[in-house]
Amino acid sequence: MIAIINYNAGNITSVARALQNIGKKCIITDDTEKLDAASHVIFPGVGAAGEAMAYLQEKKLDAWLKKYVKAGKPLLGICLGTQIILNYSEENKTECIGLVAGATKRFPEKLISEGQLLKIPHMGWNSIKLYRSHPVFHNVSPDAEFYFVHSYHPAPSDDEAVLGTTDYGMTFCSVLAKDNLVAMQFHPEKSGRPGLQILKNFCAWRGGNV
Amino acid sequence: MLSKRIIPCLDVRDGKLTKGIKFKGNIDIGDPVEAAREYYEQGADEIVFYDITASSDKRDIMIDVVRRVAETIFIPFSVGGGIRNLEDMRRVILAGAEKVSVNSAAVDEPKIITQGANAFGSQCIVLGMDVKKVDVSAKIPSGYEIVIEGGRKYTGIDALWWAKEAEKLGAGEICLNSIDADGMQTGYELNLTKMISKNVRIPVIASGGAGKPEHLAQVLTEGKADAALIASMVHYRTYTITEIKQYLNKKLIKTRMLW
Repeated sequence: MIAIINYNAGNITSVARALQNIGKKCIITDDTEKLDAASHVIFPGVGAAGEAMAYLQEKKLDAWLKKYVKAGKPLLGICLGTQIILNYSEENKTECIGLVAGATKRFPEKLISEGQLLKIPHMGWNSIKLYRSHPVFHNVSPDAEFYFVHSYHPAPSDDEAVLGTTDYGMTFCSVLAKDNLVAMQFHPEKSGRPGLQILKNFCAWRGGNV
Repeated sequence: MLSKRIIPCLDVRDGKLTKGIKFKGNIDIGDPVEAAREYYEQGADEIVFYDITASSDKRDIMIDVVRRVAETIFIPFSVGGGIRNLEDMRRVILAGAEKVSVNSAAVDEPKIITQGANAFGSQCIVLGMDVKKVDVSAKIPSGYEIVIEGGRKYTGIDALWWAKEAEKLGAGEICLNSIDADGMQTGYELNLTKMISKNVRIPVIASGGAGKPEHLAQVLTEGKADAALIASMVHYRTYTITEIKQYLNKKLIKTRMLW
């Protein structure tokens, strides 16, 4: 069974609707006992890092996530869920879960491309460049674009954890992967068919290299 | 690099499209959910719903439409019209909309923008601006004034000032509609769009006046818009969204070409 972690961080029902569309049943919960029974866990979220971490700590979900990942089961981070698996976020100067070494940083104020000051948040459709193949990106065209909306971006300290990057006045890490964990800054649940394909792949993934 | 977004706008009254939309074989579609599905298939990057239901007791019908749209299409969509307070926003967002847009409610009570941004995040809050060209004056230095009630009521508010103010208050995006260009199909108001877009750091969706793919090319380059709203040109099936995107792609304006 697939579980979506509910931690009061925005409206996460869109992920559940996307799973429903690809024929996958899921539960939305913050109960660690129910989460223990899940084969796959999705960690989505929209909102601010500070509040999200406070809620996770209150529900002891930060410790639970560490235990879950150590057990080797697949974890999918989305947007804020991706940012707060790093050690630290510049947003609200927040100590985060630390499943992957590195920080979440704000886009620099002077973000310029082709002589134009770029807008923040980075909102809309953009592509990703993958540095290696990954089961979660199976059958996803390299030309596919995904829906982003964020003002902060992941910056893992270990290059090995960078699966994909995106260009927006600078090159930032838009997809993280480490062992049984894969996490993306964009919203697969709002990215049309290529996004649904990623969710489908994740649901079939056992957490390994194939 | 970020793609420019092409966004069809659907007007809904009492749960039905106000104008039937013509599709393949000239089938008339009055169901907003089916129209949304069709545009999703054609490559729309986002969809805007505008609820023009007059009576408040029929508002629940729109919530049901939002829920069904959210189960059908997997791209962002926004809902505007009749959003007066946080509770209205919450209902629409929980039903599955990515964003809500406020227009005259924000003119009456600007703090609704800040309240919405604090509750749901700036990215959820779109400021809808209806604008008319007027003589430059001390009160309206930009020469563009904010109007409400479908363009009937002048507010005495300068459009450029209001755009900057809304950004400060926490709006995540501006949907800029030129009342003068609206429905004319002779092109977007390029001066207005460029002026607003250059003076705020949040994305601007240009609205009003689209009749041909060239118009979109103009507003996305010269007009500096981040996205273009379209209505009649696709509703009457003069063009499909796919055709518009192919045209823009040929003009080297980057849009999402794979969906």
